[in-house]
Amino acid sequence: MKVRISAALALLLVISACSAGSTASVSSGPDTLSVGFTAEPANFDFTRTDGSAIPQALLYNVYEGLVKLDPGGKIVPLLAKSWTVSEDRRTYDFQLQPGVRFSNGAPFTAADVKFSIDRVKTGWTISIKSKMDVVDHVEVVDPLHARVVLTKPSNGWLFDMTGRVGAMFSPTGVADLANTPVGTGPYEVQSRRRGDSIVLRANPAYWGRQPAYRTVILKYIKDPTALNNALLSNGIDVIAQISAPDSIPQFENDNRFTVLQGTTNGEVVLSFNGAKAPFTDARVRRALTLAVDRKALLDTAWAGRGTVLGSMVPPTDPWYEDLSGYYPHDPARARALLAEAGQPNLSIRLRVANLPYATAAAQVVASDLADVGVHVTIEPLDFPAVWLKQVFTDHDFDASIVQHVEARDITTFGNPKYYWGYDNPQVRQLLAAADAGTPAEQVADMRQVARTITADAAADWLFLYPNVVVAKKKVTGLAANQVSESFDLTGLG
Amino acid sequence: MALAILRRVAILVISVLVASIVVFAFLAVLPGDPAQVALGINATPELLARTRADFGLDRPLVEQYLSWMGGVLHGDFGRSYVTGEAIGPQLADRLGVTLWLVGAGMLVAVVLAVPFGALAAMWHRRFGGTAISGLSQLGVAVPAFLAGILLVQVFAVQLRWLPSGGWTPPDQGAGEFLRGLILPALSLGIVQGAVLTRYVRSAVLDTLGQDYLRTARSKGLRPYPALMRHGMRNSAVPVVTVLGLQLATLLIGAVVVERVFVLPGLGSMLLDSVSARDLLSVQGIVLVLVVAVLVVNFVVDLLYVVIDPRLRTAR
Repeated sequence: MKVRISAALALLLVISACSAGSTASVSSGPDTLSVGFTAEPANFDFTRTDGSAIPQALLYNVYEGLVKLDPGGKIVPLLAKSWTVSEDRRTYDFQLQPGVRFSNGAPFTAADVKFSIDRVKTGWTISIKSKMDVVDHVEVVDPLHARVVLTKPSNGWLFDMTGRVGAMFSPTGVADLANTPVGTGPYEVQSRRRGDSIVLRANPAYWGRQPAYRTVILKYIKDPTALNNALLSNGIDVIAQISAPDSIPQFENDNRFTVLQGTTNGEVVLSFNGAKAPFTDARVRRALTLAVDRKALLDTAWAGRGTVLGSMVPPTDPWYEDLSGYYPHDPARARALLAEAGQPNLSIRLRVANLPYATAAAQVVASDLADVGVHVTIEPLDFPAVWLKQVFTDHDFDASIVQHVEARDITTFGNPKYYWGYDNPQVRQLLAAADAGTPAEQVADMRQVARTITADAAADWLFLYPNVVVAKKKVTGLAANQVSESFDLTGLG
Repeated sequence: MALAILRRVAILVISVLVASIVVFAFLAVLPGDPAQVALGINATPELLARTRADFGLDRPLVEQYLSWMGGVLHGDFGRSYVTGEAIGPQLADRLGVTLWLVGAGMLVAVVLAVPFGALAAMWHRRFGGTAISGLSQLGVAVPAFLAGILLVQVFAVQLRWLPSGGWTPPDQGAGEFLRGLILPALSLGIVQGAVLTRYVRSAVLDTLGQDYLRTARSKGLRPYPALMRHGMRNSAVPVVTVLGLQLATLLIGAVVVERVFVLPGLGSMLLDSVSARDLLSVQGIVLVLVVAVLVVNFVVDLLYVVIDPRLRTAR
């Protein structure tokens, strides 16, 4: 009998010994920084796995593109020293940084630019690859000069090059992207422990300025309270983005920390199913927009953190203008419009993502709409799985609340098949003209798009999700805005 | 004896099979398409169809189940839809963390419950006994996550003596490993210890009323040594039974505690996999948990025989 018990114990020991994982230990010192995030990358391969977590960790830090987006939303040079655009706006000539090497030692040249851009079309599997469809071909003019020729003029293309589709790869470094990223950036991946952390270490052969922190530990803590506690108890140095606004004052009132509040690309939208009655009637959409007091909603649902918007444009886009006063809170006018549209006793299903900001906002929306005689049934849906299936794919909803985080996603209003079912040929035409035009024309046309969808009340833009970064006082150089796909570690001091 | 073990092994195999079918069926009807979740908000219908085919989701359910089960029997749990990695090694890795947590929680529970339970029984007509019973009542009512949050607030956030969470494997520094294990083990163990204290108390009370203990006392032994020498083994049988049953509760408690303390165990893997509709991972985790509970029951059965020699002949 004793033998059997010790066998069982031995089994338990063997199993527990398996936890001796594959990671090296990290010594914490003055040149080590740990940053806490909520969403963990599934793997390191953003060419085959979607989601924001992988580029957040790797872009600009491990991988670099020809251009990058600065915290103000401006396109600036990175691996390209400079570039010119031809008269017909179809040909881009990039002059590359000399002396750049990948972390596996291979030199970075124009051939790698061609390889990387071509590979998006052939090797990538996620849908974002379609952003490269506009590329006709890439020419290697000389090792430090790459020419990209588009099939038609596209301002959107250069902007997209600041994101993950623009990341530069080496033909000698793509064998095992899921586990071994090879880029030209200031950091390399040292190790990872799934469910816990990723460790980045400075690339000693980096072509640019060496980063201030030799080792950066990216800690993944899903629970917002646990994330806050980690900072409060010295477990981490920075929280990349606070997701519980009520917890911000405890950091503001503690002189150990710096709190930065900026903007994101995340518009929290009350969307209407524009392809379905009664939302095919613009009067109904306008009435609902007038009925919701967005300033009060932001105060109630998100502790006043965030920005009230009037359209699908964050302040960091060049064509931003303040349209938040376009539909002032006016319940009387809302009631009149509903009566005019023959909908004095409207009942709608509000199917929202079961995320804190959405369920909190839904309560306020329901109560505001009740004031104008609209009965709202709130149905929280498991996000992402159920929401994606029922609302996004099957269009089974009257109204919904979800955050749209993609940069410049105002273009979705040019897609009549998108889940908000907004079909306006004029908007499509303006979007196309903006993409093809000069920068000045682009700004003018995009402004027109924003004004048009606002006038149409194509959706009700409740607020822009705030970016709140909290860090220990010693950490400097953090950006308040989160507008690129990267959590950029390169500017830290 | 051999027959009894054989019977238990057969029950174990059937239970695992039934559990695997139930888990598979539940996940199959769960709303949400794994391919859609993996591809996100930009997915085109063509890409969705291709991904579903890559995952094997377009095959009949029976075929999907059989190929999964066939793999598991060969030790292959498949590849995660989300990470693309083999699930088996990941499971072993996570199970290791959970076992440390459950083991340490159990240790805390026993260390608390045995002396306090015995004292509560011996003092059951005095104030001390009532106080212990009252405290254990309070402990039973506190959920493990609440205990965890309170412990973190006091010992990590306010005093900063211990980390608020995170995991250091034992081979990468025993000190850090133990420091990280203390608070989770306490939050899991205090609650279970409170439950267990009540069982120990009633088991010891029961023993105290037995004739052989009265005999021991009449020979001149003082109450405490008498209980230690003659009563503890007899009290242990019901306590071990409860301990076995509680282990299943501990595993569930561990799921929550892992979340509070950010431990990369099976529980946090389960929650992540469910929300990502990583069905193969969920199936694998649940199967491992079912097997773990069954193995515990098996071990408890064996322990009876060790504790109480009379049961050896009875079987």
